[in-house]
Amino acid sequence: MSDVTTEQLEEIRDRPGLLSQIATFARKQPLGTGGAVVVILYVLMAIFAPYLTAFDPTANSYDSQFVAPNAQFPMGTDEWGRDILTRVLYGSRTALFVGFTCAIVGSTVGLVLGVGSAYFGGIVDLIFQRIMDVFMAFPLIIMALAIVSITQSLQVSPESSVYFVIIAITLPLIPNCARVVRSSALAIREIPYVDAARANGFSDTRIILRHMVPNVMAPYLIMITAFVGQAILLEASLSFLGLGVQDPVPAWGLMLRNAQEFIRTEPWIAIWPGVAITLGVFGFNLFGDAVRDALDPKLRSQ
Amino acid sequence: MNEATSISTTDAPPPPRVEGTDALVRVRDLKMHFPVTEGAFVSRVVAHVKAVDGIDFDIRRGETLGLVGESGCGKTTTGRCILQLENATDGEIWFDGQDLNRLNKVEMRPLRQRIQVIFQDPYSSLNPRMKIGQIIAEPMMVHGIIDEADERDARVRELLDLCGLNPKFADRYPHEMSGGQRQRVGIARALAVNPEFIICDEAVSALDVSIQAQVINLLEDLRDEFDLTYLFISHDLSVVHHLCHRVAVMYLGHIVELAETEELFRNPLHPYTQALLEAVPIPDPTVEKARAHQIIKGEIPSPINPPPGCVFHPRCPMSVDGCSVNMPAFREATPGHWVACTEV
Repeated sequence: MSDVTTEQLEEIRDRPGLLSQIATFARKQPLGTGGAVVVILYVLMAIFAPYLTAFDPTANSYDSQFVAPNAQFPMGTDEWGRDILTRVLYGSRTALFVGFTCAIVGSTVGLVLGVGSAYFGGIVDLIFQRIMDVFMAFPLIIMALAIVSITQSLQVSPESSVYFVIIAITLPLIPNCARVVRSSALAIREIPYVDAARANGFSDTRIILRHMVPNVMAPYLIMITAFVGQAILLEASLSFLGLGVQDPVPAWGLMLRNAQEFIRTEPWIAIWPGVAITLGVFGFNLFGDAVRDALDPKLRSQ
Repeated sequence: MNEATSISTTDAPPPPRVEGTDALVRVRDLKMHFPVTEGAFVSRVVAHVKAVDGIDFDIRRGETLGLVGESGCGKTTTGRCILQLENATDGEIWFDGQDLNRLNKVEMRPLRQRIQVIFQDPYSSLNPRMKIGQIIAEPMMVHGIIDEADERDARVRELLDLCGLNPKFADRYPHEMSGGQRQRVGIARALAVNPEFIICDEAVSALDVSIQAQVINLLEDLRDEFDLTYLFISHDLSVVHHLCHRVAVMYLGHIVELAETEELFRNPLHPYTQALLEAVPIPDPTVEKARAHQIIKGEIPSPINPPPGCVFHPRCPMSVDGCSVNMPAFREATPGHWVACTEV
């Protein structure tokens, strides 16, 4: 056998480090890098919100209602005298919490269902996929609305309303991910290393978790990054419709809802949360698209 | 396991039709028909692909049986049925006194350790997300052969060394290795659980000729060292000639001839075997030119609707009227030389 020398192997193993990989990503995906910067800024905003502002996002102050943007309140105040900058900063916590939780939980459940469905095949696959079809037949927002309306009748505190929003957004995301993951898993199921695992009598759980799931990571990660933006937008929409997060929890969609009455006279109340939503969703979507292009070479040429 | 043993004692194996009593594997009337369905909502079976349609053969302990035939003749399906990767439509697969087709998943598990497989494509038979060490150690761990992680690592290095690989490769990923090296990893994985019987499914077909020779030599060395029994599935007659004790020739889901390797290559009886052997070129242009080739006409028929009678009769140069009516019996023409043809 023409033995590969140790030196050659070291060379092969000497793959580009993390920093140079990031540099390559930035060069090939300038828009995606812009998106990544926005994502990082939003995450920092959410983490350090209490250090970036001196105000309380929920405390009313009747001597500072409807103040136009000035040095003390850079984005002005709303009808309850609350600093809008503070509420925008704290709003990023709600948005990112909902966005990431929904995306990760939704994609992971979808991953398990998709791979399981593909692995077992036959009647299991048929039943899973028909259930997914039913879920997918409803537009995302209608589905979320239906779930929220059901959970709203449970009379919950404003603070825990966010959890019901998460459930309402996560459920419709699951079939989207399950379907994409299933198609990848179907291809992987036919690859001989899965046969090798079956011929060795490995348990179904082991084959799914150790041999199939690691090989569908690319579509899974793509779905997560794509879902974060979607989930943030959905949460804002639900809150705007009054079905999402409840006052006084700071949330961008809710701020927009409350600003409707004052949009002609005090436009800053509406503008800033609107900017926050637009920029955030735009950033996450750009980042998601770039991740997809980087992880899925097949889509790159299209 | 107890239940499995009781099955083997209550149901005595059928009388041997092909070989003596020291057979490790005994395949009887094995059939694998894949349904062809039609209709999107209510699917109905419109036909069957008869990939394997009633085959019999035995493999003696320590023997290498070659299974040859052209693409799509059912060689690989036969191997997959023995491995229980497919649920055979009908027939019996006796392995050391137990009918694999009648065992359930749990009863099958201890036997899976004794029956291993080496796949054709060394690129897709190793999980790209696992290190070589993990790939080889996993079967040992699952079958509880070595429970201690350190001992397992030592055994992995030993196996790599045995298969002619640097033990340091345990920390590599499959994509960092060449095809020949990966195939050696596949062999090491098969050996990890101390099997008795290894199915080599076109194990060297995807390799370069020089690497092929090395891997064949490795398989031979391992056979002698560990008393392994091989089912060597291949379409390469020279490799089969070199490696196998006996050879079975398959055509369209049937075994048409089975004999000792030397006997089969010297005295092929079935017209298909004769044509197959004549298709092997002789590496001497003058001899090759002077040879009278008996080229079989036409294409291999579809296994969905195989010809009636002898499946080979539409292409057979020797066919007579009766060939299209009755399936010829698989009979012992001379001692140990079995053939399914009425005209020889």
